[in-house]
Amino acid sequence: MLKLPIYLDNNATTPLDPRVLEAMMPYLTDVFGNAASRNHPFGWAAEEAVDYAREQIAKLINCDAKEIIFTSGATESDNLGIKGVFEMYSQKGNHIITATTEHKAVLDTCKHIEKLGGKVTYLPVNEQGLISLEELEAAMTPQTILVTIMYGNNETGTIQPIREIAKIAHAHGALFMTDATQAVGKIPVDVIADGIDIMAFSGHKIYGPKGVGALYVRRKNPRVKVTAQMDGGGHERGMRSGTLNVPGIVGLGKACEVAMQDMEADTARLSAMRDRLERELLTLEESYVNGSREHRLPHVTNISFKYVEGEGLMMGVKDLAVSSGSACTSASLEPSYVLKALGLSDDLAHSSLRFGLSRFTTDEQIDYAINHVKEAVTKLREMSPLWEMFKEGVDLSKIEWAEH
Amino acid sequence: MAYSDKVIDHYSNPRNVGTLDKSKKNVGTGLVGAPECGDVMRLQIEVDEATNTITDAKFKTFGCGSAIASSSLATEWLKGKTVDEALAIDNMEIVEELALPPVKIHCSVLAEDAIKSAISDYRVKNGLPALELTHH
Repeated sequence: MLKLPIYLDNNATTPLDPRVLEAMMPYLTDVFGNAASRNHPFGWAAEEAVDYAREQIAKLINCDAKEIIFTSGATESDNLGIKGVFEMYSQKGNHIITATTEHKAVLDTCKHIEKLGGKVTYLPVNEQGLISLEELEAAMTPQTILVTIMYGNNETGTIQPIREIAKIAHAHGALFMTDATQAVGKIPVDVIADGIDIMAFSGHKIYGPKGVGALYVRRKNPRVKVTAQMDGGGHERGMRSGTLNVPGIVGLGKACEVAMQDMEADTARLSAMRDRLERELLTLEESYVNGSREHRLPHVTNISFKYVEGEGLMMGVKDLAVSSGSACTSASLEPSYVLKALGLSDDLAHSSLRFGLSRFTTDEQIDYAINHVKEAVTKLREMSPLWEMFKEGVDLSKIEWAEH
Repeated sequence: MAYSDKVIDHYSNPRNVGTLDKSKKNVGTGLVGAPECGDVMRLQIEVDEATNTITDAKFKTFGCGSAIASSSLATEWLKGKTVDEALAIDNMEIVEELALPPVKIHCSVLAEDAIKSAISDYRVKNGLPALELTHH
């Protein structure tokens, strides 16, 4: 029997891989030492575990273990990267470039930078969700200290041209940072080949635990430094104070090791499953994929179903745990700003569903999801006056709607 | 958000979904709301002119579960009522019946607007002045 509801919201968070839990268990129980305790075996065991995790992570992203700063998650990493560069490089300039489709952890941090007197350029994206390299080039100034563009988008899965962006940033003497929370562990991310100077990511998006993340900070060519945003014991080479979350770090390390080992097989299986889900749902009339289908993470699809209202749709797909571009699923009343940045109208943004598959998603679950969504959309359209009008050839944009 | 059992019931088994022939003189149509706001209701009534009684009511709604339930419930209530009785339906009765939370009260308001708009359309078709519709 299929267990309901089916979890297809893996861009929000992933379940812990049993292999990761197993690696963490000793550090939640017997091996509880503080990694900063230098004078007894409890501390040494914890430090050894942390160092091993650093190696596991470094292998996955092709960096040196010393270049990993542990944090509480990607939000903290984004904050530390951006604010840390802004403070550290204030002599050089005060201009940061980012994009409108970034995660709030980047956008709100940039807003904060503006309050501190910094200048921020928010690059628009095209209907595929991609920034324009020409616009990036044009936005670079001698005061530009940082370009921060996410690797893969959390809502659409769109992958930005990271290497080209890094080249442009470097050509103008700026650092390149990327929020790679959705990409690390899912697709090959190589900080050397990609030209990344600073990179934020977290544990719980890659079958690791919540509450742990990391910031990669390059140590040579160039040597990058960020000003600490948390003052205290001077942990993590002085860039992030606070007692290390040893079990979390062990989990993140193991999650990276497993990701490296399983990536190829996971990608092949998940992209085939995702493509089948997408192909089937696109057989519904007036359904559209949001974002680039060419440059995209393998496990994500975001689809809008026109003439169906988002909250009604969410209620109709109650057997699925998915995310929607509709305001009703979040605290704000505005529909997804990411989808709106792609040029979607409010109604199309409202009526979107995001499917995020995981290592643990099965073909049987996808079969169920396909039928469930098809039934819900069909039923709601039979109930929708807009669908009837569309079918009769009425141009809905010509109607004078009574705003309420 | 947790929906009441009655909302779930109307959403899962909506009553009177459909379309009446709007060209008929004794059919009144109300179309309220806007796609950008996330709710559009179309509510129609068919009136027996001899008795001034509503003999049939149909709806189609683009909106959330509460909007669908509000309009479904409205069509149930309309059938068998006289036009004057229908005019007296207050949105708060819908709120109470469906146990709508405060953030969903606008769905009931829209349903009341749809009823009044359909009656007004019927009146105009039959040579009576339109109703003064107060948009909420």
